[in-house]
Amino acid sequence: MNIQEMILTLQKHWSDQNCILTQAYDVEKGAGTMSPMTLLRSLGPEPWNVAYVEPSRRPADGRYGQNPNRLYQHHQFQVIMKPSPNNIQDLYLDSLKALGIDPLEHDIRFVEDNWENPTLGAAGLGWEVWLDGMEITQFTYFQQIGGLEANPITVELTYGLERLASYIQNKENVFDLEWTAGVTVKDIFFQPEFEHSTYTFEESDTDMLFKLFSMYELEAKRTMENELVFPAYDYVLKCSHTFNLLDAKGVISVTERTGYISRIRNLARSIAKAYVAKREELGFPMLTKEEK
Amino acid sequence: MAKDALFEIGLEELPARFVDDAEQQLLEKTEIWLKELRISFASVTSYSTPRRIAVFIQDMAEEQTTIEEEAKGPAEKIAKDAEGNWTKAAIGFTKGQGKTPDDIYTKEINGTSYIFVKKHIDGKQTKELLPGFKEIILALQFAKNMRWGKQTLRYARPIRWLVALFDNEIIPFEIAGVRTGNQTFGHRFLGKPITLVNPNDYAASLAQNYVIADAKQRENLIVNGIKELERKEGFHIPVSRELLNEVRNLVEYPTVFMGSFDESFLKLPSEVLITSMAEHQRYFPVKSKDGHLLPHFVGVRNGDDYKLQTVVKGNEKVLKARLSDAQFFYEEDHKHSVNHYLQKLEKVVFQEKLGTISDKVNRIMHITEKLAEMLNVDNVTKQRAVRAAQISKFDLVTNMVNEFTELQGIMGEKYAMNFGEEKTVAKAVAEHYMPRHANGKLPESAEGSIVSVADKLDTIVGCISVGYIPTGSQDPYGLRRQALGILKTLQKNEWNITVESLLDITLDLYQTLDIEIKDVNKVSAELNEFFLMRASYLMKEMSIPQDIIQAVLYKQVGIVGYTMEKASILSEKRNDADFKQVQEAFTRVLNLSKKAQFTEVDELLFETASEQELFQQYLSVSADYLDKRNSRDANLALEQISKLAEPIHTFFEHNMVMAEDEKLRKNRLSLIRLVAKLIYDFADMTRIEWKQHF
Repeated sequence: MNIQEMILTLQKHWSDQNCILTQAYDVEKGAGTMSPMTLLRSLGPEPWNVAYVEPSRRPADGRYGQNPNRLYQHHQFQVIMKPSPNNIQDLYLDSLKALGIDPLEHDIRFVEDNWENPTLGAAGLGWEVWLDGMEITQFTYFQQIGGLEANPITVELTYGLERLASYIQNKENVFDLEWTAGVTVKDIFFQPEFEHSTYTFEESDTDMLFKLFSMYELEAKRTMENELVFPAYDYVLKCSHTFNLLDAKGVISVTERTGYISRIRNLARSIAKAYVAKREELGFPMLTKEEK
Repeated sequence: MAKDALFEIGLEELPARFVDDAEQQLLEKTEIWLKELRISFASVTSYSTPRRIAVFIQDMAEEQTTIEEEAKGPAEKIAKDAEGNWTKAAIGFTKGQGKTPDDIYTKEINGTSYIFVKKHIDGKQTKELLPGFKEIILALQFAKNMRWGKQTLRYARPIRWLVALFDNEIIPFEIAGVRTGNQTFGHRFLGKPITLVNPNDYAASLAQNYVIADAKQRENLIVNGIKELERKEGFHIPVSRELLNEVRNLVEYPTVFMGSFDESFLKLPSEVLITSMAEHQRYFPVKSKDGHLLPHFVGVRNGDDYKLQTVVKGNEKVLKARLSDAQFFYEEDHKHSVNHYLQKLEKVVFQEKLGTISDKVNRIMHITEKLAEMLNVDNVTKQRAVRAAQISKFDLVTNMVNEFTELQGIMGEKYAMNFGEEKTVAKAVAEHYMPRHANGKLPESAEGSIVSVADKLDTIVGCISVGYIPTGSQDPYGLRRQALGILKTLQKNEWNITVESLLDITLDLYQTLDIEIKDVNKVSAELNEFFLMRASYLMKEMSIPQDIIQAVLYKQVGIVGYTMEKASILSEKRNDADFKQVQEAFTRVLNLSKKAQFTEVDELLFETASEQELFQQYLSVSADYLDKRNSRDANLALEQISKLAEPIHTFFEHNMVMAEDEKLRKNRLSLIRLVAKLIYDFADMTRIEWKQHF
């Protein structure tokens, strides 16, 4: 099964579970969790079920396309369900079956793994799912988001698509994976991997990035003052990515580093609060009449 | 008639580390609960797997034991008035017991007559009481709890089913939206839902559905599988208790398998291979009979042996990827020098207020140097120790330690050797992290011991200086463990330096640095108190009685080895009849000395021979005592001051200390104070509780 088929299969599977299929969010981010479709929507009482593919950028992991496992940008398949259904583990295992993984032929386990993202004031409990010893999915019940207690609880499934594909296709190098018939990951992503690595580690304009960070931060704050939650959050994502570029280049000193992270965290927290307040103002439109 | 009962909590996979403890808690709480409820039973058996914890109660009585007891009321003379009528007190008593004055009878106790009533409490039906088991399930405690769905309950993992059976009847209750039933579930993939007809079928029905509910039995299956491989292949497979416990609680139906990796990876340090296998993948590493690592590993599948080769291949692929990474890191790390890594440390923060790791290294070097001087070690040792301090943290910024954090220090030693450092220096880099856990090994070399103490001193003094004092379970920098490490290292090496002098040199250093300490005296007192608590903890672990600990740790920890020796001698003396009068004499002196202000003792003011004698004995003993103390012989030191006991007794017999003449009184108090100071130097003898053992 190639990656494209995997995506189609997972989309079909979760669409059948009444998940909204959205497309990748169009601002750079380090993980699918940071998409507003996850981070903001998992806050508050409204039900929310969604699935999407998220290209995730981690500048520091860039290896000029030379490392068989590490990428500047990889792909996550993200599933979010709020409240978490009682049979979520079965739903998940069915998705593996849909991908052609017969649990009787393998060893599938749920191994404790608790997840925390201090930058976003987020924490959850759950597992990494092992397939014959390989971690293929992060399975998390969010407990806290943006510094706020989650209620009801959202479950997040994050499939590492390249990882899973390397098992399904039995390939050792991520660039050898087949994306669709006759096209490999290398064909599509090698050049951007190389160029983004070069840009990140050698060519990025540090002064400009520092300026951008401050500008994005200011704009996020200004936008917040006007109670525009989603635009403000976009600027937080931009701050975060700009910070990652600077950090990967090694130009952020120790003391500055903590400072930058707490600046992003404070913004994320105030936006989380504002999001819930605004939804409440709107009367939590996605709640059914009975739930209200 | 007796009946069996079964309770099972079905969960999404519990963290392996919670399973054993949860089972133990359930067992204990069930037994206590049954006893409190007065429900007799033959036995309670507990079970656990990652997906369930359960108890089976055999032969439970169908009703509670009936209570027959008598309740004692007030004395008869209070219970009756002058006319012989029951008083308010008597009537109130019977009411409180649910009785009437007609039920009263009297009995004599120690010559006084009291009123009584007989109480009879009928046993309730067990069946009615069993829904109360809900509280037992809710009372289980876990290190980490979570919520799920719309539930408000916080539990280790979501509860997905509940079995509660009394014979063939379902005991009704509900937790977090889950109602009890008689249905349990077999292995996730190999088993089926099981309807239990009888509690007694539990373990057998599960076994038919690929769940071994008894943890010990799963363990035996794993151990036997490993032994069989050892026999068949001629391997030696060391089985760590910790890993075995974890693995048995990651599976419901274990099947042992063997996998292999490319021989070329054996060139990596064995610690890297073992960490990859045991820590990351939960495999048992395989050795040859003569103890060399072999390119194989043993894993445990949660399932049967169907298509086991697919599982083996998958695991081999994962391990290969991990080891390839490690090999890449290993080669990459060798492309740079120690100096390159030391420079990188300037960019890594140790603690926000305490600067970078590079700053920390500079402090460790300074403390190492001072410590080496205090210990009077030879110049070569000192130089090696300082060099070891300088490079103690360089491996923290290598790729390997970045990925395998548990190998800090261990990679440091390997790399230091490869980069041409002296062997002793390299070894000290690894040793300075010791003890690595509560009862871990201590450094062997002098250099390693010195740097280990210096590093820990810096962390403790630094953290406490900027306000991080461990409280309750909050000890993010592991200060308590590190303080114990210091004390144990001082003790093992028999170093003649006090803990307080170590704290002083470190605090002195901090005062010269650009680190803001609000109140040095307060910090110093907090450090003193912190180390007293740790030393007290250490002594408790060594089974030294609490009163002795307080006696020797009343003010300072002092020289650890010597303080320990004092404690052990006093622990013996405490049971020695001859020592009683010595201790009494000391106690009297110490108590009285609190009233004294020190002035010079004036021999001319002595009026009695006993005063003179005590003073003379003091002079002779104190010289000898200091001599013994300086040679750290606690036994002889105590023997010396014990010589004072008799003159003390005589002194008190013949002299009024609180004499009316002020000059006389002050002089006698000064003498007492002088003697007291000597006794205090050994221990606060007033704390010792005399035990009458004979």
